[in-house]
Amino acid sequence: MSAEAHNHDHSHDEHEHHHKDTFITKYIFSIDHKMIAKQYLITGIIMGVIGVGMSMLFRMQLAWPEESFKIFNFLLGDKFAPNGVMSNEIYLSLVTIHGTIMVFFVLTAALSGTFSNLLIPLQIGARDMASGLLNMISYWLFFVSSVVMVCSLFVESGPANAGWTIYPPLSALPQAISGSGTGMTLWLVSMAIFIAASLLGSLNYIVTVINLRTKGMSMTRLPLTIWAFFITAIIGVISFPVLLSAALMLIMDRSFGTSFFLSDIYIAGEVLHYQGGSPVLFEHLFWFLGHPEVYIVLLPALGITSEVIATNSRKPIFGYRAMIMSIIAIAFLSTIVWGHHMFISGMNPFLGSVFTFTTLLIAIPSAVKAFNYITTLWKGNLQLNPAMLFSIGLVSTFITGGLTGIILGDSTLDINVHDTYFVVAHFHLVMGISALYGMFAGIYHWFPKMFGRMLNKNLGYVHFWVTATCAYGVFFPMHFIGMAGLPRRYYTNTNFPLFDDLQNVNVIITCFALVGGAFQLVFLWNFFHSIFYGKKTVQNPWRSNTLEWTAPIKHIHGNWEGEIPHVHRWPYDYSKPGHDEDFVPQNVPMKPGEEQLHH
Amino acid sequence: MTTLLVLIVVVLLAVALWQLTKIFDLTQVGVNVNDTQVANDNDNKVNGYLMFGFLCFIYLTTIWCLVYYGHFPLMSDSASEHGPLIDNLMIITMVLIFIVQTITQALLHYFAFKYRGRQGQQALYFADSNKLEFIWSIIPAIVLAVLILYGLYAWTNIMFVDEKEHKDAIVIELYAQQFKWEARYSGADDVLGKANVRYIEGVNNLGVDLSDPNAQDDFTSSELHIPKGTRVIFKLRSQDVLHSAYMPHFRAQMNCVPGMVTNFSFIPTLTTAEMREKPAMVEKVANINDIRAKKSAELVAKGEPALDPYTFDYLLLCNKICGASHYNMQMKIVVDTPEEYKAWLKENAPKTIVLAVKNAAAEAKATEDKETQSKDSTTTKSKDTTAVAQVVMK
Repeated sequence: MSAEAHNHDHSHDEHEHHHKDTFITKYIFSIDHKMIAKQYLITGIIMGVIGVGMSMLFRMQLAWPEESFKIFNFLLGDKFAPNGVMSNEIYLSLVTIHGTIMVFFVLTAALSGTFSNLLIPLQIGARDMASGLLNMISYWLFFVSSVVMVCSLFVESGPANAGWTIYPPLSALPQAISGSGTGMTLWLVSMAIFIAASLLGSLNYIVTVINLRTKGMSMTRLPLTIWAFFITAIIGVISFPVLLSAALMLIMDRSFGTSFFLSDIYIAGEVLHYQGGSPVLFEHLFWFLGHPEVYIVLLPALGITSEVIATNSRKPIFGYRAMIMSIIAIAFLSTIVWGHHMFISGMNPFLGSVFTFTTLLIAIPSAVKAFNYITTLWKGNLQLNPAMLFSIGLVSTFITGGLTGIILGDSTLDINVHDTYFVVAHFHLVMGISALYGMFAGIYHWFPKMFGRMLNKNLGYVHFWVTATCAYGVFFPMHFIGMAGLPRRYYTNTNFPLFDDLQNVNVIITCFALVGGAFQLVFLWNFFHSIFYGKKTVQNPWRSNTLEWTAPIKHIHGNWEGEIPHVHRWPYDYSKPGHDEDFVPQNVPMKPGEEQLHH
Repeated sequence: MTTLLVLIVVVLLAVALWQLTKIFDLTQVGVNVNDTQVANDNDNKVNGYLMFGFLCFIYLTTIWCLVYYGHFPLMSDSASEHGPLIDNLMIITMVLIFIVQTITQALLHYFAFKYRGRQGQQALYFADSNKLEFIWSIIPAIVLAVLILYGLYAWTNIMFVDEKEHKDAIVIELYAQQFKWEARYSGADDVLGKANVRYIEGVNNLGVDLSDPNAQDDFTSSELHIPKGTRVIFKLRSQDVLHSAYMPHFRAQMNCVPGMVTNFSFIPTLTTAEMREKPAMVEKVANINDIRAKKSAELVAKGEPALDPYTFDYLLLCNKICGASHYNMQMKIVVDTPEEYKAWLKENAPKTIVLAVKNAAAEAKATEDKETQSKDSTTTKSKDTTAVAQVVMK
């Protein structure tokens, strides 16, 4: 391992002498992991603006159903919002694309892509990723898939609108819904490219973590961020190919007349030729990725949180080994629980029993993580930076959202709340908001590392407090309309007088959503303004232990001038007795007789 | 008007933002001369207190939601025999969740407030404790074991219904298509006839195999009638895409999957009339009618027709996205007393599918004869059957 690292050193030195970066190799087709991380982040932010913007539109429709808004007509056009009234088909498109963009493009690609790329080489002490070229290809495939997805919004028959889970036959038959024409084709193409991008990225992260750690960086001295990214990449490699195969089979069914997922269908006045397939098979394949996907989204956020909470508490993360074990346990369990999305899909109820059992087991490692975070705060010296606030916010929403998982994971209780707003509230809190908080925490914490400047902290505080208030305001009451039996993905509830008494809750939720959405502009302003005009940073602004803060502020190809620092201790020696400072970076050698926690 | 409102909201937001930044700026005055954008003691103090405030906000939201929305009839009165089993488990789980939520959120936010950073404060170097880790692995494990056992017991009771054991059960097919429901009753022989979408033709819109002896007495209804106190076994089919038959008041739900038949079964315990008289339901309906009356007043002022007052009915909703009009795919369910149900059967059972097909054929033939007299056309027949099919579908 170290031999390889040295080789890398050597080649790098030669490299630097006779190589000049042009604009194109530096900013566009860069193979430098730091630049690729920034590319991922900015693409992700743009996709995030689209995804969150869509949610604002359909939230308005839900609060004031079939009212006319000029903005609908302006954004959706005469076809989908004649006279400013949103049509039911475009409503479903907005919901579908919102889900797709937020889950895959923002919380998978942008979150992992940004922070795995930025932090893996810097925190393990490597010059770059194992393969810079693959890394570059991975980003550009992601970029292409984003472009295809955005293009799909403009096709004449409308974007895909079969829900982000694209269950066939609805997604397979253009007769069934307008979005299952060209819109769905582009959706599938985009996702196929996306999966390729994701796999290349994941393979690169795994290889880099295994092979390129600097001298002294044993696996049990890795920061928890790296552990989280590493395990995430492994889950991605295991589960994403299954989605790819499902997507390919769906493409075959749609375009080449196979019957993997379709059988006995009579639609638009004719019997279709499909025979022998089953939509339940698609559900199995989809959720075999779909459930691990939740943890692909969540684990990096938890990794970031572990790092930020330890640094800002000025305390070691509590239960480092338990944290690693719980990450591994969650990752393992996440691949054998997918059936809890399908309790009432028509699969054998016996499977329901098995999946209930495995699903509820996940609560144990999750509880360990939550308690460990809380214990880390105990008797700390908390530096409440914006990143720290977002991390504490994450723990809070992770608990609130996670607890309702005990209801949904129980097949018996799922019968009555399945596909209601209770589910929407649950997963938005536990994976959507939590992962978003993790991403914000990461951005506030590593912005100085990425851009050499600081984000404005006061704008950060405003951003956090308004976001946190609105997130609870949106998703907490939502549980209750779900328990009242309100199904999700309804364009309007006005056809059910039964739900008339829930309408005022919907208005409250939408108001919180609009305010929360609007205040993300504060973040955007802070982000883009600070890139150019932010306060210049010092090398280690948060007084952190990990290796990335030993690298110079100015980005250089190869990360460290001269030799890569060697590691002598675990990353969480904060406030260790016997040291003058309240932090001891990993590259500081042990004092004689100093007690070593992890080897 | 809307533009003006939007402008006002934007301006107010901007003012709010400016004020908030100002407050944060003011708290900094004289404390920090060299502005590093790293939290100082003052930031820690302000945000520490805000953390405490946020804890109160969470509690208040919870209490408010529970008071105003915690008494939905769906949580209280179930209309099926297995309903209380689900509701009890739900309540037990809910109570547990609220206890854990209250304690953990309190600890989290209180610690964030209590241990906010101060110059010279020393954090405790406390990295590990196997005892603590053990405690908070084992407690959730025990609690979950109890929940899992109760859950599996209930699940087994609800889902594993042996049809042979329930000879007196009524078998009803729920047939889903974009965007309506139909119920097929098995008639006098208690056996549903075979069916496949390939048999769909004209008025036989459920694709019943007309040559099957068991299908001769099958009849359909666009309203689901079931008798109180008898087990009903539902056979669910779909003709086009996935649908989900959601009967929230009976705590029942099952997907309809094209290409296969799925099952769900329950025993209704409250007739529609009885459910309407439950105090919680009376209150809910009164509340809904208040809301509707207000809305009607607004509509009438605008010159539009008023809304009908609401009376409660059980509903079957589609709960799996199935197309553009998914939001309005519903069927009325009526739970009758056994006597009422018998009367309803008497009235409807003779309207069998076979009879309908015969009638349609006779009618088509009559029209065809008329048409052949006036015009020579060979294509009318097929056109006619489609037309009849369309009329029936409507």
